[in-house]
Amino acid sequence: MKHIISALVQNKPGVLAHVAGMFAARAFNIDSLAVGRTDDPALSRMTIVVVGDDKVVEQVRKQLEKIVEIVKVQDFSFKDVIAHDLMLMCVNAPPEKRHEIVALVEMFKGKVVDIGTKFVMVELADSEDKLEAFIDACKPYGIKNMVRTGTVAMARLSQQAVINE
Amino acid sequence: MKDSTSKGQSAPANQDSLPIKTGAEIVVSTLIEQGVETMFGYLGGVVLPLFDKLYDAPINFIIPRHEQGGCHMADGYARASGKVGVMVATSGPGACNLVTGIANAMMDSVPLVVLTGQVRTDLIGNDAFQEADTTGITRPITKHNMIVKDVNDLQQAIREAFYIAKTGRPGPVLIDIPVDVEVTKAHVKPLDEISLAGYKPQVKGHHRQITMAAEEINKSEKPVLYVGGGVISANAAEELRTFAKKANLPVTMTLMGLGAYDQTQAESLDMLGMHGTAYANYAVQECDLLIAVGSRFDDRVTGKIKTFAPNAKFIHIDIDPSSISKNVNVHIPVVGDAKYILGELTKEVKYKERKEWFAKIAEWKSKYPLRYDNKSANIKPQYVIEQIWEATKDNAIIVTGVGQHQMWTAQFYKHTQPRHFITSGGLGTMGFGLPAAIGAQIAKPDMTVIDIDGDSSFNMTMNELCTAVQYELPVKVCILNNGYMGMVRQWQELFYGKRYSKSSLRSPEFAAVAEAFGAVGIMIDKKSEVKNGIAKMLKEKRPCVVDFRVEREENVWPMVPAGKSLHEMDGLDIFESMA
Repeated sequence: MKHIISALVQNKPGVLAHVAGMFAARAFNIDSLAVGRTDDPALSRMTIVVVGDDKVVEQVRKQLEKIVEIVKVQDFSFKDVIAHDLMLMCVNAPPEKRHEIVALVEMFKGKVVDIGTKFVMVELADSEDKLEAFIDACKPYGIKNMVRTGTVAMARLSQQAVINE
Repeated sequence: MKDSTSKGQSAPANQDSLPIKTGAEIVVSTLIEQGVETMFGYLGGVVLPLFDKLYDAPINFIIPRHEQGGCHMADGYARASGKVGVMVATSGPGACNLVTGIANAMMDSVPLVVLTGQVRTDLIGNDAFQEADTTGITRPITKHNMIVKDVNDLQQAIREAFYIAKTGRPGPVLIDIPVDVEVTKAHVKPLDEISLAGYKPQVKGHHRQITMAAEEINKSEKPVLYVGGGVISANAAEELRTFAKKANLPVTMTLMGLGAYDQTQAESLDMLGMHGTAYANYAVQECDLLIAVGSRFDDRVTGKIKTFAPNAKFIHIDIDPSSISKNVNVHIPVVGDAKYILGELTKEVKYKERKEWFAKIAEWKSKYPLRYDNKSANIKPQYVIEQIWEATKDNAIIVTGVGQHQMWTAQFYKHTQPRHFITSGGLGTMGFGLPAAIGAQIAKPDMTVIDIDGDSSFNMTMNELCTAVQYELPVKVCILNNGYMGMVRQWQELFYGKRYSKSSLRSPEFAAVAEAFGAVGIMIDKKSEVKNGIAKMLKEKRPCVVDFRVEREENVWPMVPAGKSLHEMDGLDIFESMA
């Protein structure tokens, strides 16, 4: 089972290495890991998607909390969260198929961000299953390459009060 | 735990009025401010500015013969004294040589502050001479580490290092200091309260959890108290003893926990686990409540985890939340400092007689005491340890290497006081004995310190005899010399059809080596000379090595083979044949 863990960490060198190393050393499986700045320049936010049962995830959370530079760890598994992934994809789009692809992109609320002679580049930010569905829809046309950021997540506003307790 | 830094002082309004010092001067003055009286370290290019400032500093400085030895000395010093051990090394090879020592301290939760030199900031990442990624290498084996690239951050980093090392679950903290930071000047910072956003160890346990634990204990008919090294590092042995007496609980200890409870007391079940006593292991397997304090359900303790204490509810008291429910599912976790929680728990528990349970334990104890063939004409290693006990009665600090001799020392020496037994538990580091004994001797100059060692363990770090001689430390070394890596040989005998692959090694004449180092060397190969040899050793004012030529193929019993349940011990039939 997948769990989303959100960790507020100090923006210092070595923290990412520490987290990645801890996961490897303790044989935890990372599905995705996304790191970025927060509104406070001293802090970064890591969103980690982990595969494992509840016991494993509890250990992950505790081991993360043990790292001195990690300020706060939240397990979003049982919370109502917005969890999005950003994807860029180059899909085969010869002129006669291009309108189909553009229609598909619109249907998925994506954006065409670049156009070449043979390919278009599409940007899509949504939940993981939406992204998977889009990938499946594009496969018949031929996907040249794609890149994803990994999930970032935030609790719904109705949940944030609970989480901040 | 109290510490000078957390009390805080009022900061002067104008920080610029504080003196300006070089990084090296700041290191030395901050060490003194943190109460460091003794430190260990080895020179090298990039720590020369620091060592220059140590030239006339009021710190007792010990130079080992190898950085690993120095780190074990700081470790032994910390365990014997309860203070933070401090070790300094240079960059590259110096730092790399510390790895074993740091990992050892990490596994056994020993507070160390390790300072390493680093190449100049502008050379970092260029494969400079004696450069190594020290923080990268040591990240998984330290509680915390950091490189300080700005001299203005140096003083706070060292203060935080001490704070982190000794609070919560203790452990080693490493600070890497590039050489240019050592010579750059900065304003001294006022001593202020330490507050780390991501580090707030919980000292006081949740009161509801404590009450729940007390209720379970009061209800229990067949409880066992299972004590680990956390009780010793929390200085909670007194509280433990009061608690156990009041609630009337039998007590078993892990290797690291030995000394927390007095083994001469009737309630002591002695050590449990792979080489634990039969009565401890049976009691754990039959108990209805297991109260774990400062212990972590290590595989050497539990045997097959699925069948460990199958009828028991678990109470787990530990300062480290990640220890709880890591290996077993705990029913009542209490996160906090053992000293505080045991004190609170004592208030809520009631005395309960538990006549049947203690009768059963007494029966196991009389049926399966630890035994060896004491009628043998050969020197049995267990006999030597018994004689050391007779001669010292725990008025000594006992240190060990790793292997059979370590297990026999755990079994046959009666540990009665905390911080009197120093051994490498988690990492199992051969060669730990002598340097750790040197550190302990420095911490406790008036105590007798005896390293009970194996020939193979001693071979690994015996160069540190030189250090003992140089600093006139009367450390005693008793080598139980069987010419094997004894524990490896035992496993080969039992599990590899007696194919003793590469496990015997030739040692020098240890007594002659000791003399060459300037220590006293004694060789004993007759059982009748053991007592005299020990007496002579104890009278020596110089470091003294006694080479006991013991029975070569003696085994440690009982033994729970790897993967078996705790009650499936081998060797009990051997005990019975000796009865």
